[in-house]
Formats: sequence, C-alpha cells, structure tokens
Amino acid sequence: MDDKAKRSLRLLLVTLALTGTTALDSAQQPPAGAAPRAPAAKIPPVLQEYQPVTADRLKKPEDGDWLMTRRTYDGWGYSPLTQITSGNAARLQPVWVVATGVNNGHEAAPIVNGGVMFVATPGNQVIALEAATGRILWRYRRPLAEDVILLHATSRGVAVFGDKVFFASGDAVLVALDARTGREVWATTVEQNRNGYYMSLAPLVADGKVIVGTSGGELGIRGFVAAFDLETGKPLWKVFSVPAPGEPGNETWPKGDQWKTGGGSIWVTGNYDPATNLSYWGTGNGGPWMGDQRPGDNLYTSSTIAIDLATGAIKGHFQYHPNDSWDWDEVSPPILVEYARNGRTIHGLIDVARDGYLWFLERTDSRIAFVQGMPYVKQNVFTSLDPKTGRPEIDPAHKPGTGKKADFCPSLWGGKNWPPVAFSPKTRMLYIPANENLCSDSVGAPIRYAPGQRFTGATTGFFIAPGADHIGEVQAWNVDTGKRVWTHQYKTSPNWGPVLATAGGVVFGGGTNDQRFHAFDASSGKLLWEFPTSSGIIGEPVSFMVNGKQYVAVQSGWGIDSRGMQQRLNEVSPGNYPDVPEGGAIWVFGVK
Amino acid sequence: MLGLAPCAIAQEDPASVRPKAGDLLVRVDDPALTPLRPGDIPLAMPQVMAWAMDPAAKIVRSGSRLNRLMLLHLDESRLIGETKGRAAAGIVAYTSICTHTGCDVTDWLPEEGLLYCPCHFTKYDPKSGASVVDGPAPRPLPALPLRVADDQLVVAAPFTARVTFEPA
Repeated sequence: MDDKAKRSLRLLLVTLALTGTTALDSAQQPPAGAAPRAPAAKIPPVLQEYQPVTADRLKKPEDGDWLMTRRTYDGWGYSPLTQITSGNAARLQPVWVVATGVNNGHEAAPIVNGGVMFVATPGNQVIALEAATGRILWRYRRPLAEDVILLHATSRGVAVFGDKVFFASGDAVLVALDARTGREVWATTVEQNRNGYYMSLAPLVADGKVIVGTSGGELGIRGFVAAFDLETGKPLWKVFSVPAPGEPGNETWPKGDQWKTGGGSIWVTGNYDPATNLSYWGTGNGGPWMGDQRPGDNLYTSSTIAIDLATGAIKGHFQYHPNDSWDWDEVSPPILVEYARNGRTIHGLIDVARDGYLWFLERTDSRIAFVQGMPYVKQNVFTSLDPKTGRPEIDPAHKPGTGKKADFCPSLWGGKNWPPVAFSPKTRMLYIPANENLCSDSVGAPIRYAPGQRFTGATTGFFIAPGADHIGEVQAWNVDTGKRVWTHQYKTSPNWGPVLATAGGVVFGGGTNDQRFHAFDASSGKLLWEFPTSSGIIGEPVSFMVNGKQYVAVQSGWGIDSRGMQQRLNEVSPGNYPDVPEGGAIWVFGVK
Repeated sequence: MLGLAPCAIAQEDPASVRPKAGDLLVRVDDPALTPLRPGDIPLAMPQVMAWAMDPAAKIVRSGSRLNRLMLLHLDESRLIGETKGRAAAGIVAYTSICTHTGCDVTDWLPEEGLLYCPCHFTKYDPKSGASVVDGPAPRPLPALPLRVADDQLVVAAPFTARVTFEPA
C-alpha cells in the first residue's frame, strides 16, 4: 500500500468512526439537501489553520490575499504582487486546473484567504480548495426548485468574513457557510423567487453587515439593496432603487403604481468608501424596457446610488441616462479613485457605462457630481452632455419606443457589460474590456404585469456596424489626462473578460471566443502571453501568493450573455461565430 | 444491486401537477375560466398563453410555472411528423418553458413561423415538434397532445417529455 492509499484508508476509517456507516450505505441515502457533498471527515490542516477575516483585513488586505471580488473596497481589481512581471509573463504556465462539474457561465472571482480558495460556480455551488494545489477541501451545493426563476444562472462570487463564507443563492436566498466545513450556518430569504427575484451577485461585507441586491429587471421587480446581520442573517435595512410615493425621486415616475414594477435591479456588488461609510451601487434599467411607457427620468434606474451603510439611506446619486429605452443597465459600480483634472485632485468615481460613455465623477459625503464624460465606443444616442450636470441630450431617431423601431449603438449589451474594469495606481491607467462596433434595434409593445413573468415589452435585433474590422477591445485610459493610451483589438471576437491589473506591470483578461487567457504589458498594451483554456473565460482573474510564490487564478466557463452574443453574431455573420465549448474549470497559473 | 431510496417529493397539489388527459384549457388571464375552443386560437397568429384545468373541479393548474402552455393554430397541411398526431384542428400546444434556462418563450417570428425565446434567442419550429432551429436550447419544447371534444380543446395525453431546463 502506498502513502496515498494509506491516507485514503485512514480517511475511510475516520468516516466510519464518525458516521457509523460506509460510503456504500451512504449512496442509498436520499440527497442530503443543502449539506456539503464531502463526507464528514477530519478538517484538513489548511482549514484548521484558517485565519478569520476581520474588518481591518478587508480594508487593508495582505498583499498575497484576495478577500473580495475586486480585492479592495475601491473596486480596482489590482494586485500589489510583483513576482510576475512584464519581463517574465511569457513564461507563465498552468500550475493546476480543476473541473467544476458544471456548464454555463463561470463569472466569479476565486477568493483567496491565506492559502484557502473559495470559488462560486453556476449550479448554485461553492467549492473550497487548497489554493496552491487545487485539492478540493469541501463542496457545497444548494438545490434549486424545479420551477426556479433564474434567467442568468451564474454566481459572481462569495464574500468572506470571520469564519464564514457568504453566498447569494440563485433563488434569492442569502446563505452563510462555515468556512472550515462548508456547512450552512444560516439561510435567509431575501425576496420571493416566484415573483421574479433572483440573485447572481457576490455579497458585500462592510460596516459589520452583509449586503446584497437582486436581479429580475426583466420580470417587473422593484430593485433594492438590503443588509443582513453577519451572525444571524437577520434583516437590518432595505433601500429601494425605485422610490415609493413620498420619497425623493418618486416624482420622476408616472402617477400610479408603475414604481412597484419599475426595475432598477442590482446584480453587481457595490464598492465602498470606509471614510464616509458610503457604498456605491449600480442600478439596472427601468421596466418595462420602453421609456415612453414610463414617462419621466425614472430615478434611480440606470444610475449609481451612494448608500449610507449605517442606515441604508441614499446619500447621493448620478443617473447616466434618464428614461432608459435601450436596456442599458448601469449595474457595474464606479471605481473609487483620486484623479487630477484641471490642476486639482478630485476625490473621484470613474464609471465605464453600458451606455458607451466613460464618466468621471466627484464624490463627497452627500452627493455625486459630474466632472467629465466621453464616449469610449461608437455611440449614436447622445448628441451632447450638459457641461454642468452631465445630463445627455438624446437623439430621438435612436430612441426606440412603443410601436417605434429605432437602432442604436452600442448594442443593448453596452460598450461594456458587467465585466469589471481594473485600475493600476502605478500606470495611473484604467483598463476597460470593451465591445466596439455593435448595435441593436428595438421596438416596444404594450405589456401587462404578471408576477414572475417577462415584463420587457420589447423585441430586439442586433447588427455589426457597417465597416467594422473588429469587436472586442482592451482599452487603457490615463485617468489624470482623460486620454486613451492604448487599445488591443480582438479581430474575431467580442470581449467578455473581466480585467486584473498587477504591480508587476501586467494586465490579465480572458473574454474571447478562442478560449484564451491573455497577459498584456500594462504600460504599452503589448500582448505578452496567451494560453488556450478549456472553455471561454468570462470570470474575474485574481492574483495571490502562497508560500512565497505568486499565482494568477481565473475560471474558464463560457455561457450566459457571452454565449447569447456569440449566438447573435453567428446569426448576422453565419459560420463565423461557432459555439464555444462549455464546461467550467478553475485554472491557476504561475511562472516556472 | 443497490436501490436508491425515493427522494423526489410527489406533487399531489392538483394545481401544481402537470396537465392530465381530459383537462380543458383556459387563457392565463381569464378569471371566468372559459374553456378554450378551436375558434379562439386564430390561424398564423402569435402564441396564446394558457393553463390546463381539471374539468370536474374547475381547478386551474397554475400552481407551477412549469405548467404554462402556448397554443398556436398552424396550417394543418404543413405539420410534420408526430406533430400531426398531436394537433387538433391545426392547434398545437407546447410548454412555454424554454429548455435552456427556463425563460418563457413569449415571442413569435411571423415571417419565419418560429417561436422565439427572448432571453437567449433560441428558435423553435412549432410545425415540427418545437425542434430547435437555432440557439442554445438543448432540447425541443415538450408538447402537449390535444384533441377536440364538444368543440372544446382537450388535453389528449400528458407532456411528451419532462418539462425542465438547464440549471434545475
């Protein structure tokens, strides 16, 4: 018997001792509901030594850890690690790869705390692994009802705090897991799934609370952000993205009940400023989709809202475009960054909006102010921006309505969809995963609300702009000059890849239909390295360090809207955009 | 030989069980529960959304969204294969639940005569068993065979396949 076999036997004996049953017997048991799949065995050393996550660690994470989806509260997606550099990135190699066992879009960032990695996947699953080796420590799967409403079956990640892992289950249930065992500590229903509320975002842990929002803007929901007690799951506060009568902003809705089904869904985690205790969340478009069915600005749809985490009060907002008619959710939140403009330093927010504009804003403890806005992709809807407020003038020829078909660029998927940008304080550059040269058309029809039923009232088309020679881009913008520095073009693919920037001067991202993971020189945009993975990459890359070695991790697993766009591209350009292989895997790379 | 213990919870609730042979059909938004007649489904028009109804107890089977149905009136001479036998007076019934991610297949492409899921753009051909013409859906829509009795549309047999979708 070799060592491995001895270990296996020991594990089996431990299992027998603990449960008084055999693996064979356990196969005869009905599925154990929400229990983890791994047998109750001895907790592995790496989990025994698990370091609880504190509020201070979330504010100032160790260089080698990645404790939240964008690593830091400012949303930069930036690793301070420097072992992997533009000089050695060409020598990157896979270190380990583990199949997740499920198809569809794998969007979550692997979260790494002291050598333990937590990965959320489609299929309502969280996997804990040893970060250096890929050894699976536990696996949690929460069953979903057969008639679950889950139009985007993905998870954008977990949050960690104390000895818990927080997971937003697809059926709008918030779950706390024991980080050492994967067992459920508590589960709280956030909203009723049968009414169209579902969840896909990573929770935010800040100000001693765990905070989520819900998807469902296509189904006539009323968007909200809600906070829960970390220890018990007890609801603490809830603030709606569509205000009720009597609340500021409700006057931007028609009289009547439309605010109750006004959309403004929340499906990407907000960023956070500990200095003001304000958290910045992006909101989805209004519902139904045609603006002429809900006359008014429709606050706070397609906006960023600043939420006071102590109370849930809205302390400022910026609406990127009033009365949306284009399905331009603005759910991805702005990053928090100080930038220079006209000789002064601005305590800022920078947002790369689905509407095709790059927005430079200023934040205070009571408001969000406009500084500058400019298109970063082809945009034919805004004719100008008000220089003081940033409010766009809309070209009515490119605004669809009820019975009025109109085309518009960028497409309904936006110049950038949910995939997050990255910012490097070293290069002072913002890195944008963009889709150029795509347009949509749309026409509306009256629609009646029914709980859990589609409530868009729109039929949409899709086309490539005439003369286009590419679609996907990685763009780099200097935040202090407001100028684009470099652009990498993907000639035959869109870009659905979240971006990672590192202090080693490397920018990472997948996103392409050729399944490749790419590394660029952060300063020049030179392609340093690429590697074909098992599927297309739409997950957030991260970097971490274990035992003195730097790694880069990313999930490969094509699906959700990347698949939908590929499908539509293949309709308008037959044969040129074939299906991308599906099947999720976690990939970890290092320099040999 | 290992036998797996039964684990699925049977759905006894008559509003939630899948449609049964002999059920009548009613529009999803009809509080009067008027049984649908062949003449209520106009030829070559977008799908009519419906529920099955237990005819004796008048229980509408709307307890599960997986019971939501689409009715279409097609040119009988153009029906293909098994669809001919499942149709009644040119009217076909399918689940409205897309086999991809469970969205409702609400759209109709009049020029092509195809059902269209607005979520991820699968096209189904109702003339031919709702087979997938284009798009990511892995399987055809399960069909609900119909017959006509007393000038009313009646369910002739249960769904031809289990109503389900990818993440479930």
